[in-house]
Amino acid sequence: MSRNIMVIDTRRCVGCQDCVVACQTENDVPSGFCRDWITETARGEYPTVQLEIRSERCNHCANPPCVHCCPTGASHVHERGGVVLVTHEKCIGCKACLAACPYDARFIHPKGYADKCTFCIHRVERGQDPACVSVCPTHCMHFGDADDPLSGVSRLLATRPHHTLLPEAGTKPRIYYLT
Amino acid sequence: MIEYTTTRHNPGVDPILHLWGWEIPLYLFLGGLVAGLMILSGYHILRSRWDRDQAQGHYVTAPLLSLALLSAGMLTLFLDLEHKLQVWRLYLTFRPASPMSWGSWILLFVYPALVASALLTLAASLPRLRQRLPVLARVSESLAGHNGAVHLIGFANVVLGAMLGIYTGVLLSALGARPLWNSALLGPLFLFSGLSTGAATLHLLSHLTPRAGEGSPGFSDALASVMVNWLRPPSAQDGSRKLEQADNSFLTIELALLALFFGGLMTSTLAHQTGARLLLTGPWAAPFWVFVVGSGILLPLLLQFLQAQRRIQSTWVPALLVLGGGLALRFILVGAGQASHWSVALP
Amino acid sequence: MNALSRRRFLRISATSVIAAGAGARALGAFRDGPGNHPGGIRRTPTFCDLCFWKCGAIASVRDGRLWKIEGNPLDPLCQGRLCPRGTGGIGAHSDPDRLRAPLLRTHERGEEKWKEVTWEEALEFIAAKMKGIAASHGPEAMALFSHGIGGTFLKHTLKAYGTPNIAAPSFAQCRGPRDVGFRLTFGEDVGSPERTDIANAECLVLIGSHLGENMHNTQVQEFATAVGRGARLIVVDPRLSVAASKAHHYLPIKPGTDLALILAWMQVIVTEKRYDIDYVSQHGFGFEAFAASLVDYTPEWAYAETGIDPETIRATAREMARYRPATLVHPGRHVNWNGDDAQRSRAIALLNALLGSWGRKGGFYQPVTMDVPAYPYPPFPVPKKAKVDNPGHKYPFAHETLTTGIREATISGAPYPIKGWMVYATNLLQALPNEAETLRAIQALDLLVVVDVVPSEMAAWADVVLPESTYLERHDDLNPEYFREPFLALRQPVVDAPHDQKPNWWIARQLAEKLGLGAFYPWKHIEEYLEHRVSAAGLDYAALKRDGILRGPAQPIYWADGVPAEFDTPSRKIEFYSTQLEKAGFDPVPRYTPPVSGPPGSFRLLFGRAPMHSFSRTHTNRLLAGLMDENVVWINEAVAARQGLKSGDIIRLRNQDGALSNRIAVKATERIRPDCVYLVHGFGHTARGLRHAFGKGASDARLITRYRTDPLMGGTAMNVNFVTLESAEAV
Repeated sequence: MSRNIMVIDTRRCVGCQDCVVACQTENDVPSGFCRDWITETARGEYPTVQLEIRSERCNHCANPPCVHCCPTGASHVHERGGVVLVTHEKCIGCKACLAACPYDARFIHPKGYADKCTFCIHRVERGQDPACVSVCPTHCMHFGDADDPLSGVSRLLATRPHHTLLPEAGTKPRIYYLT
Repeated sequence: MIEYTTTRHNPGVDPILHLWGWEIPLYLFLGGLVAGLMILSGYHILRSRWDRDQAQGHYVTAPLLSLALLSAGMLTLFLDLEHKLQVWRLYLTFRPASPMSWGSWILLFVYPALVASALLTLAASLPRLRQRLPVLARVSESLAGHNGAVHLIGFANVVLGAMLGIYTGVLLSALGARPLWNSALLGPLFLFSGLSTGAATLHLLSHLTPRAGEGSPGFSDALASVMVNWLRPPSAQDGSRKLEQADNSFLTIELALLALFFGGLMTSTLAHQTGARLLLTGPWAAPFWVFVVGSGILLPLLLQFLQAQRRIQSTWVPALLVLGGGLALRFILVGAGQASHWSVALP
Repeated sequence: MNALSRRRFLRISATSVIAAGAGARALGAFRDGPGNHPGGIRRTPTFCDLCFWKCGAIASVRDGRLWKIEGNPLDPLCQGRLCPRGTGGIGAHSDPDRLRAPLLRTHERGEEKWKEVTWEEALEFIAAKMKGIAASHGPEAMALFSHGIGGTFLKHTLKAYGTPNIAAPSFAQCRGPRDVGFRLTFGEDVGSPERTDIANAECLVLIGSHLGENMHNTQVQEFATAVGRGARLIVVDPRLSVAASKAHHYLPIKPGTDLALILAWMQVIVTEKRYDIDYVSQHGFGFEAFAASLVDYTPEWAYAETGIDPETIRATAREMARYRPATLVHPGRHVNWNGDDAQRSRAIALLNALLGSWGRKGGFYQPVTMDVPAYPYPPFPVPKKAKVDNPGHKYPFAHETLTTGIREATISGAPYPIKGWMVYATNLLQALPNEAETLRAIQALDLLVVVDVVPSEMAAWADVVLPESTYLERHDDLNPEYFREPFLALRQPVVDAPHDQKPNWWIARQLAEKLGLGAFYPWKHIEEYLEHRVSAAGLDYAALKRDGILRGPAQPIYWADGVPAEFDTPSRKIEFYSTQLEKAGFDPVPRYTPPVSGPPGSFRLLFGRAPMHSFSRTHTNRLLAGLMDENVVWINEAVAARQGLKSGDIIRLRNQDGALSNRIAVKATERIRPDCVYLVHGFGHTARGLRHAFGKGASDARLITRYRTDPLMGGTAMNVNFVTLESAEAV
């Protein structure tokens, strides 16, 4: 078994959006849409402010509500690595998956189907990192197998404090943010 | 104080979800209304000791109207799909975890149940049918003459109606990402709202239709005439009062369910409380209190109560208000639900 | 040459190609990514031009269309990873707003009314005008403003024509004061790429430098490495920048008082004897006089100026000293802030000298380069007149040409008239302060030629606009970069220019022909030039074309590894006390003067960079504009609340001279001091040709009507403007 996850170091991330452009060119994401994006949360009062910058995308949840609610099976979990994918030609564009996603990670492609991050499965299957990970100039993103205790991502999770997004939504997200 | 900024800018999703416009709420409203009509007519089929003479023309109204309204609803549902040509994919699979899949299959069974229900009384209510379409008339007669079939049809209408009504709510409540919808009470709430709008529809039609003689001559008039027939025996006034009473019980239950719905949300997480506040005090509060609670439930309750007490004359006003309230409930819940989000408690 | 790494790269490429083929077959079902591509995928190495950093890039063309651009793993600058601009470079090629054909002005300047002409007509027109200028005023009356490596050949043509007046805003409007401050102290520039050893710093001090938002690739990569290693980070900025958010010590300084803080730091380090005593005594000149000058600059004194609490000043000074010599006080890049900038930069140099970081690992390394001989051109004519920009050496330490000096001479006609400007790839109306002065200068010209990729504000005023092909469509000069290790990079075309755009070398060469200067172009095609130089260096041009980068053998870059500790200063030492400055009548040791303050109720206007945009050049690149379409004005949350403003509200800014900005959205934030506001530079375009960017956001340049000139070197300090917040309807 393998379990693909992404570990993103918010200490290193500068929010430059290189991951966003790389995704757009690699995956021909239509203009005006994005499969990944940057969020910033700032807490506190000047000058004592905690800023967290995160590169966000589909969390490829272990308990994916988008897959559960899909009426046609277009949204599915890939048998290797647990990546959540959409089979475009099976999608009827009912938008239930968009509404089911607590991360608002999906959108309707101009061609009518639900679209989102694929963890660049076409690259991963060739042994490459997803495009966003491969371009990041700060090396803040790591991709790998959480079931392999020796993988880079496993070691990072074992040694660094981290959190996931909206764990209370119960989706078991698989993108981890190191703090 | 948390400053939150995002660079995401996906159409339909940002800055807050706005995927669903008028199509889905209208579909949910029509679906609920049809569910109500099915349960009411199915209940009548089951309760009536089947008697061909008594039954003459009584039960064909609701199914025919339901077929029309449901088809309109299906059209709006179809209009909402973004990948319309793939719609047939719904019937290549059944996904037990997907309310949408349940819904599409339920709808598949609802149609035959409605058609059967309509067929049951078609021959009796339209004597000319025998000349024009003798086959249909024979089917209708043989169905009506078969007690088991009558019971099955009544039962199927009640059960499928209930499933349809509940499903319209579950469709939203299963979307756990939107805390406002995240309540199992949405199913019963939409069911009882459907029942109240169903009863109101019949009630309204009884007011709108002139009390003409039995058996209108042309098929073109059939719909209007048989609607009245449904209400006639023992008398239109009695039927109307029964509907008022039924409607009042549905509205009362709906009100109780609404209270429980909010009670549940307000005693849940911050995200749920924030979601509920969208309706209670937030941007959706004014239309919610005015159109759903005020003119959609409380006012018709009062009016129908007074009508039932014969303190005021029976009018179509409360029925219209109930329909308006049911429609508003769907629009407001669909709209506000999309604005509700778990991220109120950002990491 | 590092043959091993090249072989390894090739092996990796080969295996990845094979794997890609297999993967594509196995992945028939996936529609999310590239599947079958009958036209194939072609990868061409080149180097980036979205900014001046010149990162090695590999562009992929899929089915005949430009698909993506990735970093070249062989490139020491980018280590295989580009910044968002580089990754978004294909948007420059496909930008629908780019210039398509040569344009000749048909109406008044600035009306943006043109007719399309042939290259022949355009160049004939320019050549005739230039000949006229040379005949009546001398060739010196022609000036060239050029930014980036692309301008190499236009510079060559203009030098052949006979003018010494060639300038770039990168000196007087950007890094000039820093280079002067460091030259005066160490005898050498910081250079570009900066010789800062951020990767190995154990303590990094950033003064107003917003790495991460300022996306100079190597610097940001090394910054992230330092942060990831847990290096101590001290950030001084009136705005809680991205870098500041990662700091162990964030010092929210009052704008314009940085020198006070630096002096106080040095006071602490010197009086507590925490400096590198051996280093200073061995390499320092005039230390005693310098130390004596610091006595009164106590942290308590600095507190009153900077607002930074004295204990924080002491703690951070001690922290710097604790990690020396691997403590790097970053010299910054755009440092034209207050008018005392060369002296402030000198103070930064001196602080680094106290910490012994110059020449040391984790401080400033000694850059090395590939020895690539220049092309053997005939000698240029010697101009009869000296450069026009700095008459009488008014700014004695200006070692590069001052753009603003040329502008001043163009307006005044003194010391001699300037009648023609050629402007290459720099949008002077956004780059130079006080746009009205630039426009006055333009009105005094007989000829204004703009060569660019996009129709900038500057192009809007031109008589002739020449459309250049983008970096993905052209060759440029070689880049034998000064860096940690020697390497040579090649820019070569990946795709054809989509319309009638031409590369700079072609334009410059054709113009030279028309000017009768054909002898200065012994080569016909730039590849002859490139191959000649590469071969002269004993390198393989075919290999360079194939790999994009040729790397040389590693050389020592630290004193400890054998780099001699030499200083090109009068004393041949690190000048704590500068006799050069003393002779020129300036403070030989830095001395603090308080900054100018604004009218009551106004906010100091600060500006900076966003990682996905370069200057004002990238705002119609749809990929990059998609990341940031317009800027917002940062206003302190409490101030905004007092003014009844919240994020998203639309306002205008008015400066002390009445200049009014475009409408701009408010970002009410806890990330900035209450006494200043902040804009990302480059927005608020007024050129109608920039259709996508037109009118989006507000231009800081428009609000920078006032500037203070650095008396040492003529740099134009721009953080001396103050704005008030006006309603969106203000006129």
